[in-house]
Amino acid sequence: MEFMKNGKRIDNRLPNELRPIKFEVGALERADGSCYVEHGGNKIMAAVYGPRAVHPRHLQQANRAIIRYRYNMASFSVEERRRPGPDRRSIEISKVSREAIDPVIIKEFYPRSTIDIFVEILQADAGTRSAGINAASVALADAGVPMRGLISSCAVGKVDDTVVLDLVKEEDNYGQADMPVAMDVRTGEVTLLQMDGHLTLDEFEQALELGKIGCASIAKMQREALIQKYRGEEDE
Amino acid sequence: MKKQEKVDKTIVVPGDLLSEDAAKAAEGTYVENGKVYSLIYGLADEREKVRVIPLSGKYLPATGDVVVGMVSDISFSNWKVDINSPYEALMHISEYPRRIESSEMAKIMGVGDLAIFKVVDVDPSMKIELAPREGQLRVLRSGRVVEVSYTKVPRVIGRAGSMISLLKSKLDVNIFVGKNGRIWINGKVEDEDLAVKVIKRIEQEAHTSGLTDRITKLLEEEKHGVHEKR
Repeated sequence: MEFMKNGKRIDNRLPNELRPIKFEVGALERADGSCYVEHGGNKIMAAVYGPRAVHPRHLQQANRAIIRYRYNMASFSVEERRRPGPDRRSIEISKVSREAIDPVIIKEFYPRSTIDIFVEILQADAGTRSAGINAASVALADAGVPMRGLISSCAVGKVDDTVVLDLVKEEDNYGQADMPVAMDVRTGEVTLLQMDGHLTLDEFEQALELGKIGCASIAKMQREALIQKYRGEEDE
Repeated sequence: MKKQEKVDKTIVVPGDLLSEDAAKAAEGTYVENGKVYSLIYGLADEREKVRVIPLSGKYLPATGDVVVGMVSDISFSNWKVDINSPYEALMHISEYPRRIESSEMAKIMGVGDLAIFKVVDVDPSMKIELAPREGQLRVLRSGRVVEVSYTKVPRVIGRAGSMISLLKSKLDVNIFVGKNGRIWINGKVEDEDLAVKVIKRIEQEAHTSGLTDRITKLLEEEKHGVHEKR
């Protein structure tokens, strides 16, 4: 498969270009915080509940809140029907996503409670864990959860020996490498870094730099979306 | 909405830089390397100190708060009270003004009853103790209770109680605003209806300026409408 033509990718993007991204803050009425995100072909809803009482009770911690993160793909989110319920992949993604967001949350403010994050993938097109983390981070802010910063995430990878930002499905499936990165852009702290495929050390460093640039652009969009929620009402 | 004034404070998100002076840090902020950053999504209010006013979030009780609570359970010596917070609060039988037996508890205040309480103690693990406000237990037997986000309570009360006096003067109702965002309204049905409507409007537009003027106008219009219909 040929991925690069005249310096452009299969969907006409440059190697360092993100897909179009749209955040909608507070998309769910009943959740304490929520965010709907469209990231290229990905359509994702994130909801946050809490801090609230922990059930089952034995999970509760006396001195801090616990964070629970559920990443789930809808059965209709991919072309071939996905069997509903958690599988090996989604359990792993839930774990790494939770660990990507957990370091910025001030858990000590809410002892004996839980903050539950639900990320539902309605339509998948590569980079769902990253887009899910972006949505979850905005939803947490919307819920009024105290955090040191917003976590932003995007994927980088390699196709046709070129390091590219924000892979689409074809690039992810048939490319040479895929590497999701999540970070707090202000401090530069990387909270998630995974890699599938092969990169040389030079390529890895190049990819990580590109990932950081991508995260910085996403952080701006997340911030703008949150500010717009209250500014938007004025324009009506 | 026709005429809406601008937000008088800046909207900030977690991690936004607020000040280079660590001494200015107040609620809703944190200090890192001598700089002040926002801890929450809210409105930055910079005066001699810089604080961030939350736009959302859960109510956390503090000692001295007066809240509207609902009894959720009765144990041997405590009333368990839901105070619209992640944590359940307790009022011990001995806090009741006179000595009563355990068996009498349900008669005084049963499950589902609403009352006005004062928070007397909050410990580090968020165990919350309540007492009747001003030594006399006020169980709410008439009127109704509406819930707003606790973050909007200061706007419902208004500067030095201006909004609440406005509502009380224009409508023939008694209003009590709990710190936890539960508001008790007691009066004639039509007045209660209008009060609920106005409070919901205040909640929606809490972050905008010139709110008192708009609410005054809304009250005038609605009052007029109510009389014409009769």
